Amino acid sequence: MKSKRISWREIKRQKFLMICTVCFVIYGIIFYYLPLGGWIMAFQNYKAKDGFFGSEFVGLDKFKFLFSDSTFLQVIRNTLAMGVLNLVCTFVMAIVFAILLNEVRLMAGKKLVQTVSYLPHFLSWIIVTGILHDALSSSGIINELLVKVGILDSPINFFAHKGYFWPIVAFANVWKETGWNAIVYLAAITSIDPSLYEAATIDGAGRWAKIKNITLPGIKPTIIILLIMNVGNVLNAGFEVQYLLGNGLIKSVADTIDIYTLTWGVGQNDYSLGTAAGIFKSVVAIILIVAANQIAKKTGEEKLF
Amino acid sequence: MKKNTAKMKRSAADKIFTVCNTIFLVAFCVITLYPVLNTVAVSFNDGIDAVRGGIHLWPRIFTLQNYKTVFSRQNIITGAYISVLRTVIGTVLALATNALLAYVVSRKQFLFRSQLSLFWVITMYVSGGMIPTLILYRNLGLTSSFWVYVIPGMISAFNMMVMRTYMEGLPGALEESAKIDGAGDFRIFVSIISPLCKPVYATVALFVAVGQWNSWFDAMLYNRMSPEYTTLQYELMKLLSSVMQQGGTANPGAPGAAAAVTPVTVRAAATVVTMLPIICLYPFLQRYFVTGMTIGSVKE
Repeated sequence: MKSKRISWREIKRQKFLMICTVCFVIYGIIFYYLPLGGWIMAFQNYKAKDGFFGSEFVGLDKFKFLFSDSTFLQVIRNTLAMGVLNLVCTFVMAIVFAILLNEVRLMAGKKLVQTVSYLPHFLSWIIVTGILHDALSSSGIINELLVKVGILDSPINFFAHKGYFWPIVAFANVWKETGWNAIVYLAAITSIDPSLYEAATIDGAGRWAKIKNITLPGIKPTIIILLIMNVGNVLNAGFEVQYLLGNGLIKSVADTIDIYTLTWGVGQNDYSLGTAAGIFKSVVAIILIVAANQIAKKTGEEKLF
Repeated sequence: MKKNTAKMKRSAADKIFTVCNTIFLVAFCVITLYPVLNTVAVSFNDGIDAVRGGIHLWPRIFTLQNYKTVFSRQNIITGAYISVLRTVIGTVLALATNALLAYVVSRKQFLFRSQLSLFWVITMYVSGGMIPTLILYRNLGLTSSFWVYVIPGMISAFNMMVMRTYMEGLPGALEESAKIDGAGDFRIFVSIISPLCKPVYATVALFVAVGQWNSWFDAMLYNRMSPEYTTLQYELMKLLSSVMQQGGTANPGAPGAAAAVTPVTVRAAATVVTMLPIICLYPFLQRYFVTGMTIGSVKE
């Protein structure tokens, strides 16, 4: 392989590209890499007036405090539980939806359903949680239906019971993202060789058999890649909905790592503790993504890197 | 004979499948659309009447009072103005910078191509976190300012990769002939690559614009103390929390309930105002979104 030789003539010819690169690297360092330097605060008792250099070093004290704080252990549990629940629900729903939509023979109907399906993706979480809150309020449609069919005697306040919160968050995610996530699977399904379906039809396979034996194996690589990509995001899956829908009554199941960071770091001005919580989250996310990738490699499946 | 019955059995099974599938998809659409339409209906309904509940797809007592209230609030007007401004400026800036970065990274002969690419890919996986970022913005003087909305998130590795993948798929012949004619890298970017990239530019511009329009957390975190830089979404969020603190429905006996509007209906009206730009543009623009989603998922 011929390596690129760095000569002055070549550099001169690529002057424009070089200038751009310098600008982009400076921008990247400021806005993406400099905050990483702020991680030092987690090992300090950071005070704004003393700055990064004047603040007292406390080693791992902040981390020790974190892991002895029962609230922090609780928010880890909440973040993981909701992250996994969201991941599983949105994944399964998107795949089911894509496969079922693909079975629709009527092109106009298919197009219409698809267009409707990804509308919620473009609405902000403020709007989504707002309308969800309305639907679940004591005079909302859900209570009305449940009372009408006789499951409930009187309307209940869904946001006052701890048991409902995780399913509500999972439903909110499914409602918002199913159609959007299905786009990738629909694209993957269209790239499956149609002759496979024709052969299966001649062999007498029904629609279920074709879905099970052709469509699902056909989109398996896509499923695995997306799964790896999303596993790293499990801990990120918990901020906006929980922040917007949580309340004092259900705090113990609704608060996530990000909310903890916000409460301590911004609310209480304990920057060091907030940073430590943030580092914990970043490290776990990287471990998760590497682990998922490793598992995929071991099982001989597609991998991300 | 045996074959025929098998065939009939199968077509019956197929029919059941079709019916079930249709029911599922119709239910899916109803669940997706109903809450949105319900909010629209509530926003046109009389406030006190709405507290009784039972409004579905049509207002029971029609009124425009909720919208009048929304548009008479100074903070919402300011928010709408800032939201439009950040969407326009943010989109233009992001498009220009991401396109240029994607172009630089897509140049096959560029000496530092792979290093620059790696530099940006890393940013997708590691980030400093909320607090260090907040302190950085504070030190840069970006808090309590409009620019915090458009400068920090301007370049994103994801958008860059979407554009780069597209640029690398373009035929190289046009570029070669321009080079022979003596065009420099900047000329090639402006007059050859960019015109061919219109579809992917549209896609990225829409992603950025929707993101800008919908974001609220930055307004809360960085500009809480500066009401002159509030955004529409943040104002909506404040309305939502005021509704939630009242337990979802205003008590008709509570003070303030004598007015024809309640937090619930005002919030519904504000929600509709906030959704409107997206819902109006959505049918025309959705194909660009889908293009972007499928380009973005192409594996390297």
